[in-house]
Amino acid sequence: MQAPVTQTAPARETAPGPAGRPGAGQVIVTRAVTRSFPMGDTVIRALQGVDVTICRGEYVAIMGPSGSGKSTLMNIIGCLDRPDSGEYWLNGTPVAELGDADLAALRNREIGFVFQTFNLLARADALHNVELPLIYAGVGRRERTERAQLALEQVGLRERMRHRPAELSGGQRQRVAVARALVTRPSLLLADEPTGNLDSATTADILALFDELHRKGNTIVLVTHDPAVAEYAHRAIRLRDGRIESDTPNPRKGHG
Amino acid sequence: MLFAEMILVALQSVRANLFRAFLTMLGIIIGVASVITMIAIGSGAKAAVDQQIDQLGASVLSIRSGSFMRMGVAQGGATLTIKDAEAIARDAPSVIGVVPEIAGQLQIKHGNRNENLRVAGVTANFPEIQGYTIASGKSFTKADDASRRPVAVLGSAVGGKLGTNAAAIVGQTIYIKGIAFEVLGVFEEKGSTGFRNVDEQVWIPFFTARYRVFGTEQLDSISAQMAPGSTVERSIVEIERVMRKQHQIQPGKDNDFSIADPRQFFNVREAAANIFAILLAGIASISLVVGGIGIMNIMLVTVTERTKEIGIRKALGASRRNILLQFVVEAMVLCMLGGAAGIALGAGVTTLIARIAGWNMAISPTAVLLAFCFSAAVGLFFGIWPARKAARLDPIEALRYE
Repeated sequence: MQAPVTQTAPARETAPGPAGRPGAGQVIVTRAVTRSFPMGDTVIRALQGVDVTICRGEYVAIMGPSGSGKSTLMNIIGCLDRPDSGEYWLNGTPVAELGDADLAALRNREIGFVFQTFNLLARADALHNVELPLIYAGVGRRERTERAQLALEQVGLRERMRHRPAELSGGQRQRVAVARALVTRPSLLLADEPTGNLDSATTADILALFDELHRKGNTIVLVTHDPAVAEYAHRAIRLRDGRIESDTPNPRKGHG
Repeated sequence: MLFAEMILVALQSVRANLFRAFLTMLGIIIGVASVITMIAIGSGAKAAVDQQIDQLGASVLSIRSGSFMRMGVAQGGATLTIKDAEAIARDAPSVIGVVPEIAGQLQIKHGNRNENLRVAGVTANFPEIQGYTIASGKSFTKADDASRRPVAVLGSAVGGKLGTNAAAIVGQTIYIKGIAFEVLGVFEEKGSTGFRNVDEQVWIPFFTARYRVFGTEQLDSISAQMAPGSTVERSIVEIERVMRKQHQIQPGKDNDFSIADPRQFFNVREAAANIFAILLAGIASISLVVGGIGIMNIMLVTVTERTKEIGIRKALGASRRNILLQFVVEAMVLCMLGGAAGIALGAGVTTLIARIAGWNMAISPTAVLLAFCFSAAVGLFFGIWPARKAARLDPIEALRYE
């Protein structure tokens, strides 16, 4: 998969490039990002000026209680939503200016999503589910199948590639979802409560997989409200009321 | 390859909801079947009419006296005589044969049966010009005509009307106006030609009719056979010129005769077939529209049902256009499957009608192609709105949908 970018220093302090543009190695750069939603007569200000920089090879947990804005931030980072104001660069691309087709292409190329509810297509088998991002990337059939099989092998499910989601356990489904997220070799693995629907044994299993992927050089952003899950990450960003409350390295992980 | 995925997804979707897909397609199936049947009936009816025109034999025009209309009343008075017939035969270059006809309704007696039938006095050349074929016996000759012999040829239904049958009456005697006529032969059945049933008619030699039966020289009509290759229009002009001279009609005055192409009677039948075809076209267009609305309805349901899937696909990199295309393709696949079933059904119905009506009907490849394109167009037209709805879904909302 991705060429291992070994032991990139936690480069949060890396100065931004000229005119606030991101420097090399910075996968995510947000500057004063705001986002509000009208709710009846009032306006919910979900994000009120968020600056986040995440570098290649980092493993970051975004935490916060519900209503803190972490889902909104994740949607913006995942290019599913756009900020009202402020700027966001994903791997050097200014996202705020992009139209629908470019955003779709960016999601396809740069981001691998892992969802709480797995979000696999029920009618397709594991292999086809993993192939799906490659179909939208325009990859030819043979290469597609090869790469999808390889990704499934990475998560240890190659022999189950002809099974449909309903024929797989929860942990296996999430592994298929991880394979699907990895298959395009994205810059960023974006996981939204990936263990929220799993029992504790399977949770440990999936988190161990994330650890392994991180060791191999993948950049991982994990959105969770569960401190125990966040413990696996090497850095924790805490949100409260639409602002960053704290941004701290995980002391138990040292510099990873 | 993205297109292949779209077709695959569409087929999966149809398979997953087979019964629903069938019900959805029903309107399209009926519509397309109607289109196919309609076109086949249209061409079949035309072929049948053409065939009947061929049975008429040569191209024949019919000249009648004074049947033009003035103030809504048929103007009589002018007479059509044997001299007119001779003049047409002589002076109209495109006419190669004429049959003068004296006719009237007369009592025919045979044994103790009595029937009021049309009796036509005609020259001996009439069977070939007017297209009659002898079924049994023979027709009368020129010599029979010249010597005013009391002989007759009957339509196929006359024997039955007179208490016997077509074969048995040959050689027997019938009485017309008290004169004994020998039945020489019977014609094959011809069927109604639109205005008159010639199967219930009796033919006798012209001069026999002229001098022994009707006692008048006023003709009922003249049949003029056109030379092969000459047009109806040209022959009509020629005959008109001869007749106007014959009747000494001043320039600017109306004709006191009329010239008709008997083929026009067949147009009535063709018109009837056309009305049936128009009816089917109505059914076809209504059911295609209703079927299209059904497709639209079920596609809206499908879009709602698959909101989550749309969200997933968008998250994985599907653009609005990809989603739009996917659902348009799905609607079109539904319609085209319906179209294929409709073509099969239409072929079945056509075969059935062909068997019942005895028409030689063929399903043209053009019709099949047309029907197929039509159903695809219906899918495109009615699928685009639900597809737009799907494409415009917000990915975040869609992913949250349960």
